[in-house]
Amino acid sequence: MSHSPGLTDAPSFSGCFHCGLPVPDGAHYPIQFEGQTKEACCRGCQAVAQTIIDSGQGAYYTHRTVLPATPQQAEAELAQLGLYDLPEIQESFVRTESEHIREAALILENIVCAACIWLNERHIAGLPGVLSVEINYATRRARVRWDNSRIQLSAILKAVSDIGYIAHPFDPGRSDDIYKRERNTAIKRLAIAGLGMMQVMMYALPTYTATDMTDEIRLLMRWASLILTIPVVGYSAWPFFIGTWRDFRRRTLGMDVPVALGVGTAFVASVYSTFTGYGEVYYDSVTMFVFLLLTGRFLEMNARRRAGAAVEELVKLIPAATTRLPHWPARDEEQVPVARLAVGDHVLVRPGETLPADGEVVEGDSAVSEALLTGESLPVSKSVHAKVVGGSLNQASPLVVRIDKLGADTRLASIVRLLDRAQSEKPRIGKLADRAAAWFVGLLLVITFFVGLAWYLIDPSRTLWIVVSILVVTCPCALGLATPAALTTATGRLTRLGLLTTRGHALETLARATDLVFDKTGTLTHGRLSVRRVVPLGGRSAEDVSQIAAALEAGSEHPIARALREAAHATVTASDVRNTPGRGVEGTVNGQLYRLGSPRFAAGGEAPPESDGSASWVALAEENTLIAWFALADTPRADAPAALAALQRLGLRLHLVSGDAEAAVKATAQQLGIEEWHAGALPEDKLAYVKALQQQGRIVAMVGDGINDAPVLAGAQVSIAMGEGADVAQAAADMVMLGSRLATLGEGVTLARKTQRIIRQNLGWALGYNLIAIPAAALGYVTPWIAGIGMSASSLLVVLNALRLSDFKQSAVAATIEARPSLASSR
Amino acid sequence: MDILILLIPLSLVIVGVIAWVMLWAAKSGQFDDLEGPGHSVIMDDDNPPKPDDTPKV
Repeated sequence: MSHSPGLTDAPSFSGCFHCGLPVPDGAHYPIQFEGQTKEACCRGCQAVAQTIIDSGQGAYYTHRTVLPATPQQAEAELAQLGLYDLPEIQESFVRTESEHIREAALILENIVCAACIWLNERHIAGLPGVLSVEINYATRRARVRWDNSRIQLSAILKAVSDIGYIAHPFDPGRSDDIYKRERNTAIKRLAIAGLGMMQVMMYALPTYTATDMTDEIRLLMRWASLILTIPVVGYSAWPFFIGTWRDFRRRTLGMDVPVALGVGTAFVASVYSTFTGYGEVYYDSVTMFVFLLLTGRFLEMNARRRAGAAVEELVKLIPAATTRLPHWPARDEEQVPVARLAVGDHVLVRPGETLPADGEVVEGDSAVSEALLTGESLPVSKSVHAKVVGGSLNQASPLVVRIDKLGADTRLASIVRLLDRAQSEKPRIGKLADRAAAWFVGLLLVITFFVGLAWYLIDPSRTLWIVVSILVVTCPCALGLATPAALTTATGRLTRLGLLTTRGHALETLARATDLVFDKTGTLTHGRLSVRRVVPLGGRSAEDVSQIAAALEAGSEHPIARALREAAHATVTASDVRNTPGRGVEGTVNGQLYRLGSPRFAAGGEAPPESDGSASWVALAEENTLIAWFALADTPRADAPAALAALQRLGLRLHLVSGDAEAAVKATAQQLGIEEWHAGALPEDKLAYVKALQQQGRIVAMVGDGINDAPVLAGAQVSIAMGEGADVAQAAADMVMLGSRLATLGEGVTLARKTQRIIRQNLGWALGYNLIAIPAAALGYVTPWIAGIGMSASSLLVVLNALRLSDFKQSAVAATIEARPSLASSR
Repeated sequence: MDILILLIPLSLVIVGVIAWVMLWAAKSGQFDDLEGPGHSVIMDDDNPPKPDDTPKV
């Protein structure tokens, strides 16, 4: 557009100013536009138009050449958009960050290529009040943060529809519908292109081979081919033209531009020669590469869906309806949609059903599988007072659960939100590729022009053919797809293994990490005492003394008491138990008086068998005779040795920096084969330790509990929080371990490295392909239909390569996951 | 060769019919689930008939 059209030469639509439908008699919905009063047909159109004008986008009306696609929906659409501003409606998909800052997950319709993402991101980010926007190509999900005091959500949704896309609040059901609809359209386009291609080939082949064909027959075949090619170009290839037109209006160069130019040029040239009888026809090539391109896109669409499946599966974990017990403990039941539950409601979850939200068990005793949430394959036993997580599956017997958290506050919702964020943030290499892709198209058009010119001088009859080949053979899509496809697949797979990625750069940095620092003994141990050694004296059996100790401690909640109780099943009972706080207990078992406690209390000050400080010793005395010693210590997790060995095999240097006493830290480090350890470290010391490592050029990954150690975690290049039980959303870390399986760390590093490799392969392929294909096409070695195959195969290959990441298996270490269900389940 | 004058337009008509069938198939959901129906053939109908199995009149 060389001049900016004023109101006078704007396309004039009679009827409604906004939608073009006739204005009914008696309707009066005036709109002020550039000093003139315009009429709208209904309140909906009036409001839409007024919003567009008020937001300074009135240019839409002077520049638009087509009317809104679905004018009759304007009112319904607007009514719905307005609804999205209501707090009750927002509750399900909007997170309130602070007083005004809101964040929502949206899903976009009509996204066909990476350029659409770019356009939407730029457009939304340009709205005043929008703080950030990130869109994931693979899942078409967008995360928008905005300041509610400056812009309303409906205005953002409207802005998206202004540029020809549709944004909805994310809802898995709807996302399925959208996918179905898009797939259906794609199949129809593909079917038309396929039929057209086959039949045009039938006409084309004889004209190449037959020698005795009369001119009439030849002409007839040309016309028949033309008739068949019209729907292929006009319907099947339509999305390419729409995309190009959109780019043209926005003055950008997208991925559709070369394809549309190629198809358009070849088709117009063929039509010209059909009418004039002068020159060649290319109908066979046109139909064939439209078909091949659509096949490629169709396969890519399916692969992309598989890549983004992880998030969708998580979201779908929450059932649609549940059984509420409105008058619990009375047993009357009612079926309600999960959306209508309120905090404090009691729900009945039968075996085989999924928990609808987070809560606390108030009745029942069952085993619950959290496999999809934490990667932990063994069911966890839950009884009264146990916390349960929405999305986990009840396996054994009915549970009554009081709902504590709903909707966007649940653990599952935080997981999905963080995963979304990670998947839509692009690491550096991805951003670079995006910029390159945009330049690439421009450069390509310039190259094509000069190559065309050169061939026109050398051999005019081949010019058109070669120009079309160059336009079609190039594949900027592969460049734009290479990174997001791999990242989405990898982060999805990792989440299933129990390691949640919350930041886009996390995988890239983890792949390069050289040092892994554990900032707490509790990360590698259970964080609570257990009996490590029993030393019976005076001919007593270990079994015997353990039982007596367990009986004495039956009523105490002290950590030592719990450890002693877990070590033996008390078959005897103690009576007259007296507790002396800080020292021990005494009581009568089978008529004998026993004392259990500190050496001074029970052993008369006698020294324990060992005293290096790595364990605490408890003495048991019968009357005044010492009969046993118990060594209690915090024990490493059962899977820690194997998991750490796996990390060392990956070439990582392990460090343990803990605030605990030296002896305990030393013992843990030695047991686990960690060579570098520091005890008694304050948070500042930990941070200094990390900084010192970084100054040596090491790349530090830090593993901590995520909430108390935020500054230390933030100091490391990549941080991993133990999210077990804690609020996932609060964990200020780049990655969160959802379960307690330490093996996920090794799997995470392996998968991260594999992801980097695949991203590099993808980018290498995309670059290499174009570097070879363009010169080959320019020299005339590539026919348009080979070009079509080449381009489709190129982008498909990139996505399929990324999908290899989803086959990543749990490591062998994982097979030995906590072979001690009693420990895992007693939480 | 004269027969081609009849056959070529005829082929166009046939392609048109096939295209119409394909579009109908896509529209009526024939492509929505490409795996399920294959399995449903080998499933036993041992379960009691669902209430909506009775023909609607």
